Amino acid sequence: MLEVMDLHVNYGGIAALRGINLTIKENQIVTLIGANGAGKSSTLRAIMGLVKKSKGQVLYKGEDISNLPTKDIVAKGITMVPEGRRVFANLTVEENLLLGAYTRSDHKAIARDMEKVYSTFPRLKERSWQKAGTLSGGEQQMLAVGRALMSSPQILMMDEPSLGLAPLLVKEVFEIILLLREQGNTILLVEQNAKKALEIADYGYVLETGQLVLEGPGKALLADAKVQEAYLGAAR
Amino acid sequence: MGNLSLFLQHLTNGISLGSLYALIAIGYTMVYGILRLINFAHGDIFMLGVYLTYFGILYTAIPWWLMFIIGPALTGVVGLLLERVAYKPLRDSPRITILISAIGASFLLQNLGIVLFGGRPRAFPVPHILNHVVKVRGVSINVITFIIPVVTILLLIGLNYFITKTKTGMAMRALSRDYETASLMGIDINRIISVTFFMGSFLAAVGGIMWGARYPQLMPLMGVMPGLKSFIAAVVGGIGNIAGAVAGGFLLGLGEIMLVALLPRLTGYRDAFAFVVLIIILLFKPAGLMGSTQTEKV
Ligand SMILES: Nc1ncnc2c1ncn2[C@@H]1O[C@H](COP(=O)(O)OP(=O)(O)OP(=O)(O)O)[C@@H](O)[C@H]1O
Ligand SMILES: [Mg+2]
Repeated sequence: MLEVMDLHVNYGGIAALRGINLTIKENQIVTLIGANGAGKSSTLRAIMGLVKKSKGQVLYKGEDISNLPTKDIVAKGITMVPEGRRVFANLTVEENLLLGAYTRSDHKAIARDMEKVYSTFPRLKERSWQKAGTLSGGEQQMLAVGRALMSSPQILMMDEPSLGLAPLLVKEVFEIILLLREQGNTILLVEQNAKKALEIADYGYVLETGQLVLEGPGKALLADAKVQEAYLGAAR
Repeated sequence: MGNLSLFLQHLTNGISLGSLYALIAIGYTMVYGILRLINFAHGDIFMLGVYLTYFGILYTAIPWWLMFIIGPALTGVVGLLLERVAYKPLRDSPRITILISAIGASFLLQNLGIVLFGGRPRAFPVPHILNHVVKVRGVSINVITFIIPVVTILLLIGLNYFITKTKTGMAMRALSRDYETASLMGIDINRIISVTFFMGSFLAAVGGIMWGARYPQLMPLMGVMPGLKSFIAAVVGGIGNIAGAVAGGFLLGLGEIMLVALLPRLTGYRDAFAFVVLIIILLFKPAGLMGSTQTEKV
């Protein structure tokens, strides 16, 4: 469904990504793990057209979307939850959610999805008229996830969605991800919480300083000695 | 004439001038809110709005009232094109570069005005129904003095509705906060920026026309002073904040008229008044009356 081929990204001459290849099959959860600064966010941002690719291609359903502007990529059904919340602090919770549905015009379906988000995150409903900037960090993260869901995406890319959430909510977020797959969505998940991510992932990639070093089914990676040592904190 | 009626007359004059400053200040503040750019050419866009309308009335068969709408619309398009030509190519450049481009655009429009329209002042053809004096309880007031605040308030209501209730207005507010995330929502950033420039220029042109009806002398440099004072109004109100720009505009307009009225000996310092207010406000509230020092949760 989504294919990334030989993706390179440079920041002012410094190579952050050096030839990434990803295949994301329809209705799968694919996870990308790696240490801080490995290039996980850069990968997602390059797919969304937020940073310039110095080389490489992104195919979506066989179509080359490498050079499309971000808004067109979003309109095609790819959405990203950016790292670090990034809610619109000056807008209300409800407005943030509505902006998530910016590219859609079916008001009934939008209202239905809004209810769905509110029932998933009742906290947001209670605070729908509050300015997003006044929400707690965890609430802002819920809002960022809810806002992405409002675009009714086919592919949802999440950059550390569980960051800063209490354990119960982390569980909640992972349950949502599983639910989304059940509903037919495709997910590319970037997580610090490698164990949890690999547990639910159909397939996983391990990124190290801009290059893929390992890939395989989630369960297989979970059992891999190198992964255990480097990312799961297992003692040798 | 009693003291009260004299005061009322000054008050209406002040409100009227304040309305004009407010209309121009909105353009500065909207553009700043979205691009973090001080659009130095905004005062000259105001001038252009008056001239376009002037020529439309004199040299076409279009009735004046229709020209009062077409003129601002054309000016809006000029403002939008200005952004496309002078600012958009520099969007990723250091802020100082785009600021210099704005100063250049201002000089260009002024000199283009001198070349195309001539330096000689022209008289704005004020329609009679806007330009006669009525007496209300001993206070003689030019009709236009009433019309200006009324039109301004209607425009402000419309603008407020647009910003708070429409999808584009919402996108505009989102964009003023976070470009990248706004584009992740599927917002067409270029379109929103164009809309912003169109609206700011439109409002400035409406202000310009009413300015022309009130002080019917057109000159290519007529935008400089009102532009500068409106910019100060936007800063005084808290740049980036539309309500602040309106408040700043009224404060400056009223203050200026009252200064001249109550302390006639200071009439010569009329134009300095805005700067004094600016300095005082910035001393005590550096972010302006309604400006917020943004706090971000990290
Ligand atoms: N805008 C930028 N300018 C310069 N360098 C950047 C920029 N963004 C990222 N980098 C660099 O690129 C590398 C990869 O960064 P990236 O944000 O993709 O890492 P990450 O895997 O998401 O890390 P983390 O887990 O900490 O979020 C890092 O070395 C980072 O310093
Ligand atoms: Mg990251």
